[in-house]
Amino acid sequence: MISEWLVWSVFLLPVAAFIVISLVVRPLFNRYAVVSGLILIVCLTISFLISVYVLAIVASGVNLVFEAHDWLILGSAKISIGLLVDSVTAIMLVVVTGVSLLVQIYSLGYMKGDPSFCRYYAYMALFTASMIGVVIAVNIVQLYAFWELVGVSSYLLIGFWHERSSAAAAAKKAFIITRIGDVGFLLAIVYLFVQSDSFGAIGLNSLHIPDIWIAAQPLAAGGAALLGGTGLLFLTLGIFAGAAGKSGQFPLHTWLPDAMEGPTPVSALIHAATMVAAGVFLVARLYPVFEQSSDTMLIIAIIGAVTAFVAAALGLVMNDIKRVMAYSTVSQLGYMMAALGLGAFGPAMFHLFTHAFFKALLFLCAGSVNHAAGTFNMQYMGGLRKSMPITYVATIIGALSLVGIIPFAGFWSKDEILMSANVASNLTVISVGTIVFILLLAGVFLTALYSARMIHLTFHGQFRGGGTREISDAESRGVDLGPNVSSHVHLAESPILMVVPLLILSFLTVTVGYISNPQWVKSVFGIPKHWITEFLIESLPAYLNMHSLEFDPLVAVISTVIVLIGLSIGSWVYLGSRYASPNPSEDPISRLGPLYVILSNKYYIDYLYENIIVRKLFYTAIVGISDAFDKYIVDGVFNGLGIASKKLGRALTMLQTGQVQLYTIVAVAGTIILLAIYLASGSWN
Amino acid sequence: MIEFNGLLTATVFLPALGALVLILGPDNRFFSRFVATIVAAGDFVLAILVFSLFDRTDTAARFQFLDQWVWISSDAIKSTYLLGVDGLSAPLVLLTGLLGLCAVLASLKITLRVKQYFIWVLLLQTSVMGVFTSLDVLLFFLFWEVELIPMYMLITTWGSGRREYSGMKFLIFTIAGSAAMLVAILGLILTQGDQALNMMISLESGFGLMPSGGVISLSLLFWLFFVAFAIKLPVWPLHTWLPDAHTDAPTAASVILAGVMLKMGGYGLLRINVGMFPEHIHSFAWILMILGVISVIYGGVVTVRQTDLKRLVAYSSVSHMGLVLVGIASVGASYTYVSVTGLTGAAMQLFTHGTITGLLFLCVGLIYDKAHTRSIPQLGGIAQRMPIVGIAVLVAGFGSLGLPGLSGFVSEILVFFGAFTAFPVLTVVAVLGIVLAAGYILWMIQRALFGSLPDHLSELKDADRLECIPLILMIISIVIIGIYPSVLTDVFNSGLEPMVSVINNMSVINIGLLGN
Repeated sequence: MISEWLVWSVFLLPVAAFIVISLVVRPLFNRYAVVSGLILIVCLTISFLISVYVLAIVASGVNLVFEAHDWLILGSAKISIGLLVDSVTAIMLVVVTGVSLLVQIYSLGYMKGDPSFCRYYAYMALFTASMIGVVIAVNIVQLYAFWELVGVSSYLLIGFWHERSSAAAAAKKAFIITRIGDVGFLLAIVYLFVQSDSFGAIGLNSLHIPDIWIAAQPLAAGGAALLGGTGLLFLTLGIFAGAAGKSGQFPLHTWLPDAMEGPTPVSALIHAATMVAAGVFLVARLYPVFEQSSDTMLIIAIIGAVTAFVAAALGLVMNDIKRVMAYSTVSQLGYMMAALGLGAFGPAMFHLFTHAFFKALLFLCAGSVNHAAGTFNMQYMGGLRKSMPITYVATIIGALSLVGIIPFAGFWSKDEILMSANVASNLTVISVGTIVFILLLAGVFLTALYSARMIHLTFHGQFRGGGTREISDAESRGVDLGPNVSSHVHLAESPILMVVPLLILSFLTVTVGYISNPQWVKSVFGIPKHWITEFLIESLPAYLNMHSLEFDPLVAVISTVIVLIGLSIGSWVYLGSRYASPNPSEDPISRLGPLYVILSNKYYIDYLYENIIVRKLFYTAIVGISDAFDKYIVDGVFNGLGIASKKLGRALTMLQTGQVQLYTIVAVAGTIILLAIYLASGSWN
Repeated sequence: MIEFNGLLTATVFLPALGALVLILGPDNRFFSRFVATIVAAGDFVLAILVFSLFDRTDTAARFQFLDQWVWISSDAIKSTYLLGVDGLSAPLVLLTGLLGLCAVLASLKITLRVKQYFIWVLLLQTSVMGVFTSLDVLLFFLFWEVELIPMYMLITTWGSGRREYSGMKFLIFTIAGSAAMLVAILGLILTQGDQALNMMISLESGFGLMPSGGVISLSLLFWLFFVAFAIKLPVWPLHTWLPDAHTDAPTAASVILAGVMLKMGGYGLLRINVGMFPEHIHSFAWILMILGVISVIYGGVVTVRQTDLKRLVAYSSVSHMGLVLVGIASVGASYTYVSVTGLTGAAMQLFTHGTITGLLFLCVGLIYDKAHTRSIPQLGGIAQRMPIVGIAVLVAGFGSLGLPGLSGFVSEILVFFGAFTAFPVLTVVAVLGIVLAAGYILWMIQRALFGSLPDHLSELKDADRLECIPLILMIISIVIIGIYPSVLTDVFNSGLEPMVSVINNMSVINIGLLGN
């Protein structure tokens, strides 16, 4: 057994780092800003070690249950805070603290010399703490609270260079779009709260996550069957809306590519490895509830598959290397969601696990490339393999893992997802499973294509001038690129602080997939066959009767063939002499014609949201009309009342003539009228 | 029965005493500032004492620190000087003390007629404290009225823009409400007798169960009180005085106006409309809910359009105060199922909005002082030159849009929890207000704080140490309540539970009546 405080300290250490950096280091020792980075790195190292220990304890079969603490008591209902440590939590803790630690080390090099170094590490500490908070929460309100804090840290970090108007706009966009999804999540929590009496009647707390699992389960499985029917449908759809917003699922994906305005290590940690995976985690966390609603599961599977395909296609046309990665991330998150929707809980979380490593690696490579070339625009890169051999190899490793080449990490997890989709599909009848399977395979092809394009444009051919060239080209067209592009081109490998995390992540990307999920053998280093999927499934109730799938050579061969075709086409197109020239020339992808136009305009979804819905419909129409209504009608009525009473007053003053005769006549007339009424009413009797 | 504890009398009248010292003392700026600061700080300490000494666990003594003596005792009318606090008013006393101190600290750089200025500010403090602590309806009304004059003077003398128009508009709207309340009070005396004025008696079970006295219907009295409080809160469509008054008022007056005076409306609704008219609030809850949802959404939508920072914050207040109505409307749930959650949420919203919006107004005031403009299109990038104010705006802004960890979240979620039981569909509409809030707050931050700095602002200075004090006080209170809300919710619960149990008990009696 392990003390509760030890688990809390995983969370409290980065909190302490945040407080010390923002209240002590920033105001008093800003000259020694590097201290802030060291503080956070030390705290995260300890957090990471504890997380590994917790994982070892949980993996050894110990069931860690901690008492929750009251936070807010409201009549009969209460909101408590506490720890939920199961296999999913344990894995997530290791991923979050581990990737965060590497990213913080990398940032020491990448952010060197930035005047807001302290602020950067303060935000990073806040983010890491919030993300850990999401992972360990036992109460759904507690989870929601950290969920929102993750959102705000993401806002602060996307807008880190807030003097750039594009960064400020992207930060706002990210927060608002995720918040639209969060309305659903919040309503789901409100719905649960309202059930607190019926939960309480059988001794459950409607906001306590393990109790919600029980409440959703059928009676036959020892559950309480309190949630069901339309209520369950709305509940799960609401939670999924929140998850879709955070995890950039179609059609709420548009914020994620814009979020690349933040510093690259931020993109690696938040917008690739951890925060965007929080949506997948949320669905997984409440999987026993989702599992009871087959309609919601279908919707999740379809949205996930559509996202996987649609985003991969967008990755094909982006020139900004980080935006390629961003769409790639959206696409991979789609794979995880689709897997969850198909009931493949283990594979989905396994893919989350491997993706965190290889996508963080790819982003850090992009940052390393930017460090040398001064730009993220791949049109102005090329030939970097010679000057940056380590980054080159690391990117290749990351990309091969992304496309799913054996034995890299991504292969094992994506293969599990495809196997699950294959099991769910039925090639004779068109079913949801079939559609999902086909979309996912098509996504694999597109992934191979854009990965090949990305590598060839960046590392092969000849160098095309980097930031210097891009700025002069832009100036000749009269465009100001702003501070995103630097004319400082320095073609060399990045400093050691940036290279070491690349090496570590590369090593993990090569090994972690197979080691955590050994196939064909009984065990590797004492890790049994199918270890990670079996381990993850342990967190689910036994009645679901889940098992890991046996390796299916057919699916592996199909996907590998598709990948090889994609890579070959990409290489054939982009290694051709036409594009190996030292000048940025027309991209072969633009020869796709109208398809290219649609893709490069991102299916016009941003246009629809920003110009039509927000600008025209909301701002001009709804807001404009309401504002005019307020000004002229509501306020007008009261001002009109004021003017009317003033006029009435003026009219009445005219009666006051000062002529005594008139007053007398009025007085006599009044008396006569009153007398007449009195007499007529007959009350003199 | 004569009791006299003295603590509340001291809390209420210390500022007035300070004002008296200022009147009699020399017309010296430093003396006036010194006295005002000392008095406001002293009153804050007293308010902290009231809040912390209040025994929330003592259910027998609902009202504590009673100060009581018979004040008017003619045959026609009997009224008592009766001060006391319960769980509902004790936190609001604390809020008034905090914001009063912040308002004085934010006014230390005023140079126009300093002595007069602080006299009005201190008198305002006394009247607001009086409203929250009076347990006699007539005394409540008296304090309610007294508050008008200082605020009118502050807006028209020390304000900006169309200050005469705005001051007069504020005065007329509020007096219209007061007229309604006065009629209602007379109606109460006529129908229920003198003892109805004593809240300790009339809150025991409310008037719903007392015999009605003749032709004046209790529903009419309910609505007359409602109009008075709805103007103050303000509730759509009676809100238009608020943006004008806020925009043209000096910073300290805006802080007091948004921070505590609007809360008098919410407090009145909870204390009188909920506490004294349990049957009516229960059956008319749906009207409150509709008005509340309109205020939330309409206020939020109109906020988006505002380009003056103060006007923007003022309209956002309309939206946020709508949530108070939504929370109160939770009593519309069927009998015996009314929980205290929604009412606690409404009361929490009063407190949290007071600190959050107070902080926003302090920041806007600082920006206006240094940049000489509040127009968002003329600002931009000021976070580069004013990092401290920038952080304060971020904290207040995120508090305003309901970020967990800051106080606004707690009140919002409690309001939604409470209201959903009674009106699920309308609650869903109200929740959309959180997206609107994210929209107008973040857009404001993006345009005013972020982006590139225009040339005319290159000399902008950040808040100095003195100006930081009120900002820090507010931020601390926002964070503490966000992380540890029980410190307030437990107290509010203890004050609101008795009201809820009156409503829930009505079911027993109603069922009994039907049985006959």
